[in-house]
Amino acid sequence: MAAVITVRQVTKSYGEGAAAVHALGRVSLDVAAGEILVMMGPSGSGKTTLLSIMGVILRPSSGTVLVAGHDVTALPERELPGVRLRHIGFVFQGFNLFPALTAAENVAIALDLRGERRPAALTRAKDALASVGLGDKADALPANLSGGQKQRVAIARALVGDPTVILADEPTAALDSHSGQLVMDLLTRLAREQQRAVVMVTHDNRTLGYADRIVHIEDGALREGGPVAIERPEPNPWAFPHGRPALAFK
Amino acid sequence: MLALRNLLHDRVRFIVTLVGIVFSVVLSAVQLGLFLGFTRATADVIEQSKADLWVVSRGVTHLESGVPFSESLRHLALGVEGVADAQAHIVSFGTWTRPDGAREGVMVVGVERDGAMGQPWNLVAGTVDDLDRPDAVIIDELYKDKLGVTHLGQLVELRDRRARVVGFTRGIRTFTTAPAVFTSLANARKYTGLRTDQALYLLIKAKPGADLAPLCEALAHRLPDIEVRTTAGWSATQRNYWMFGTGAGISVLIAAALGLLVGVVVVAQTIYAATVDHIREYGTLKAMGATNGYIYRVIIRQSAISGVIGYGFAIGIAALVSHASQAGTTAILLPWTLAAALFVLTILMCISASVVSINKVTRLDPAMVFKG
Repeated sequence: MAAVITVRQVTKSYGEGAAAVHALGRVSLDVAAGEILVMMGPSGSGKTTLLSIMGVILRPSSGTVLVAGHDVTALPERELPGVRLRHIGFVFQGFNLFPALTAAENVAIALDLRGERRPAALTRAKDALASVGLGDKADALPANLSGGQKQRVAIARALVGDPTVILADEPTAALDSHSGQLVMDLLTRLAREQQRAVVMVTHDNRTLGYADRIVHIEDGALREGGPVAIERPEPNPWAFPHGRPALAFK
Repeated sequence: MLALRNLLHDRVRFIVTLVGIVFSVVLSAVQLGLFLGFTRATADVIEQSKADLWVVSRGVTHLESGVPFSESLRHLALGVEGVADAQAHIVSFGTWTRPDGAREGVMVVGVERDGAMGQPWNLVAGTVDDLDRPDAVIIDELYKDKLGVTHLGQLVELRDRRARVVGFTRGIRTFTTAPAVFTSLANARKYTGLRTDQALYLLIKAKPGADLAPLCEALAHRLPDIEVRTTAGWSATQRNYWMFGTGAGISVLIAAALGLLVGVVVVAQTIYAATVDHIREYGTLKAMGATNGYIYRVIIRQSAISGVIGYGFAIGIAALVSHASQAGTTAILLPWTLAAALFVLTILMCISASVVSINKVTRLDPAMVFKG
């Protein structure tokens, strides 16, 4: 299957000269549509740097990054927000919802960035919320939602713009096991049913069962060398004490 | 959507912002209103004179410093082509003795009774014709207490000579502490120590359609040692003398500017604090693909919304203060032009207060969203 993100010989250094810190060294990686790629590694290993580079938030020091076939490293700075807007959805560890906005408005803001008018954006936002099982929470403020619900709102916000890739930074870290499982189920279905690539940074071993590939990063390099370090995961190790919950996701 | 919600979400900060704006705008409105009130008061006697031109002694810098000349110049003025009427006029300080013996400075305005220029206006008691009565004077009701006047017909002393209050005007204020006292030309000479053939000014009415500039030149050519001013020009000279020559106007304008500065600082501080509080949200927006321009608009809208709401409260308060001031000797004027200018200034003030926050957001690295 064609790669929707291609990372080639990417390096990233912070600072200059003797004080320079080399966060990534000649990393190459492909992510295919419909694939769930999990990146693991100790703190400071460079996985968040790599995620930021794949998300076109950070420019590499060298190397190339292709998103949906476009070389984003060749683009001027002013065009990068547009690439993120069209192709990438973000899910953050801390949810990063806007506390003053309702769940529907939090989702709709992703469409507002695209210039969509408010009534249409809210309608689409409510549909997106319904698709993650939160149709009845459209008017709730984030403060009145559980952690799992907040993360599902964040996922709805990430997917409402129809991105090619969803980049998730520790999406289950702040959640209990039940909520974490719901979130992982959602991300899996986004990959399987909508053929979106899902790249996830995590320390949570319970998510490994959902991965198509697991990449270990250490000291800014992919472990075992080569373009991609692949481990085949064990079956989903997550505990489902009450059975797999039914999701409203369509 | 985000701008308004962010403002309303943190109501305490929003209220602090509004209080800052209201304080700033009310302070500025009152100071500028005072400036306008003072400015009008300095030149009201000139602007309400109905004269087209004022003949003054050479070198006179302001209304209250008139130098006497012979009233016979009036006849020379009447002989100049284009002059419809010329009246002698007196404006000079005098000393008023209250019934309790205390003395107050007043500005004696002597008017020709058979003329149509320089008469008192806004009369609420008595008539201009009452000035024909012996020793008659008309004062403004705002200064009754100051001058110890309780009723019409009351006898008082002006320069140790008898005077009788025959009328009251309303709203004729003076910039100095000396209230205007209208009287006949003959009485004015008596109350100010001028000789019976002297005047301080000539008020000129031009014939209909006459061009004032050549008429000024003709009068100046015909009359010795005088200057001829248009009413508008003389009024501007008078205003500039009192408002800028004495420093009074500058101090009022500085206070108004300080009011606006306080507003900028308060709004900048609160908007900046709000921006810092929401910095992670702005980072999220940037990561999601928002341009700097989008985020600038959010911040500027927050400031502008605060400005509009704050201005609404402030201008209401300023209008009440202005209304209340009409009963006092110091008028705070709030014409719609000042209100409109203050609105523009308030919005500019609030938007300029956003600059620090915008600078903060411009330097914001969206990668911060992945840091803890």
